[in-house]
Amino acid sequence: MINIKSDFPIFRGQKDLVYLDSTATTLKSQSVINAVSDYYSNYSANVFRGVYKISEKATEEYEKAREKVANFIGAKVEEIIFLRNTTEALNLIYYSWAQNYIKKGDVVLTSIMEHHSNFVPWQQLCKQKGAEFKIFDIDENGKLILHKSLLTNVKLLALTHVSNVLGTINPVKEIIKQVRLANPNCVVVVDGAQAVPHMKINVVDLDCDFYCFSGHKMLGPTGIGVLWGKKILLDGMTPFNYGGEMISRVTVEKTDFKQIPYKFEAGTPHIAGAIALGTAIDYLSKIGMDKVRKHEIEITDYALKELSKVDKLKIYGPTLAVERGGVIAFTIEGIHPHDIAQILDSENICIRSGNQCAMPLHQKLGIAASARASFYIYTTKNDIDKLVLGLKKVIWTFTEK
Amino acid sequence: MDIYREIILDNYNHPHNFGRILKPTVSSGQNNPSCGDDISMDIIVKNNLITDIKFHGLGCAISIASASLLTENVLGKNIDQINMMNKDDILKLLGITLTPTRLKCALLPLEVLHKTISLIQ
Ligand SMILES: Cc1ncc(COP(=O)(O)O)c(C=O)c1O
Repeated sequence: MINIKSDFPIFRGQKDLVYLDSTATTLKSQSVINAVSDYYSNYSANVFRGVYKISEKATEEYEKAREKVANFIGAKVEEIIFLRNTTEALNLIYYSWAQNYIKKGDVVLTSIMEHHSNFVPWQQLCKQKGAEFKIFDIDENGKLILHKSLLTNVKLLALTHVSNVLGTINPVKEIIKQVRLANPNCVVVVDGAQAVPHMKINVVDLDCDFYCFSGHKMLGPTGIGVLWGKKILLDGMTPFNYGGEMISRVTVEKTDFKQIPYKFEAGTPHIAGAIALGTAIDYLSKIGMDKVRKHEIEITDYALKELSKVDKLKIYGPTLAVERGGVIAFTIEGIHPHDIAQILDSENICIRSGNQCAMPLHQKLGIAASARASFYIYTTKNDIDKLVLGLKKVIWTFTEK
Repeated sequence: MDIYREIILDNYNHPHNFGRILKPTVSSGQNNPSCGDDISMDIIVKNNLITDIKFHGLGCAISIASASLLTENVLGKNIDQINMMNKDDILKLLGITLTPTRLKCALLPLEVLHKTISLIQ
């Protein structure tokens, strides 16, 4: 078991904080906070613009961060584009790729377990283009039902790697193999927001075309996210934003754009964010992603066992910890998730409640909302024990005396 | 302050005016997409007065208790009075203070009521 709460300053100020909402965003390590502070304190210059020392240093650190991200997911450096978050990365694909390549009658395939950010763009795209919007359903254990018939004529497959509600780890590599067999020209977008922070990822091995994730869900700052895409696709795409840094030459008549990744990074980027994301990657790499995953399986396994002992509590998603990420959505009969979360908050326990940005999934599950506890490297069994005690208080509060 | 006071829990476990009215003057409903609360109301209006009101739907303890207390409070009141009601009136009925997110739950029934009476011809 890893126990590294001391690396996270939030626990210094709030010793009894039980933070179980890492799926929404993770806490920040001292090293990540220091990296942000170091940039603003010591070399807060713009990148690519100055010939003076601190600007060169900022540029160097910013590009070093890009290399770290590339190594972390097994990609080429030029294929790493810094954006704000997963949502922006998916929207870039929607605007710069899908708008130009999806036509009337094409099939776009996604799943019922998607986060809205990997669902709404494709649904809207299909409405605009007259394309067909198809959806993988799930079984009673929250796993995708991989009907072969859905694979016919698919031009775009957009799939989450790990569900932010059910925790299901989708067999993305296998699905991609199948979809490519059926449609060699299919483009595959993977939403890795809940995968990259938690397990070793190699985008080349997966053989997807685009992969998106957010820095803030892996110890990094908010406002920095990553789009990875295959060079051959990125080269053929139109820019997402126009402006400074993304051009190579501008005249009154015309503009030539820079090569990737700069073509897609118009304007001053989130410099401190990218650098600190690099620091977060250093931190995770030092622990080792295998260990991160192992810790999460242990915690999830323990939580599944303990939560299943709680009266009237229903857990959604796969039954085994090894089949899921560190996230458990649940409901308690007769008690609204908001009330569960609010009473837990009075015990300093933070969980998420609501539709978790996955309304189609909640409709499928037949519930309006769920409660969700999620874990990361700093989560301990003691946190889970406190959660279970807290849930007993919730149930007691609602028991008529 | 503990928001799960007896008055809230009682009104959640045994809400007043919960159900439907067979032939209402007007009815309407609304939901709160962030939490899935969904409240509808049926009302009967005579001479500008609410003579019967019932609500139904799904919600958290705060929204259901708020609907229960609100429907009880407005029974017999005239429409103009009800149109004047605001956030402070609801908080007074509930007797608690709320964070912004939960305030939305508490105010949903009043929104539904205002919407419903706006539909009266
Ligand atoms: C699976 C999944 N996709 C996409 C997102 C969106 O991430 P962001 O809000 O950082 O853009 C999230 C985060 O909530 C997520 O869990």
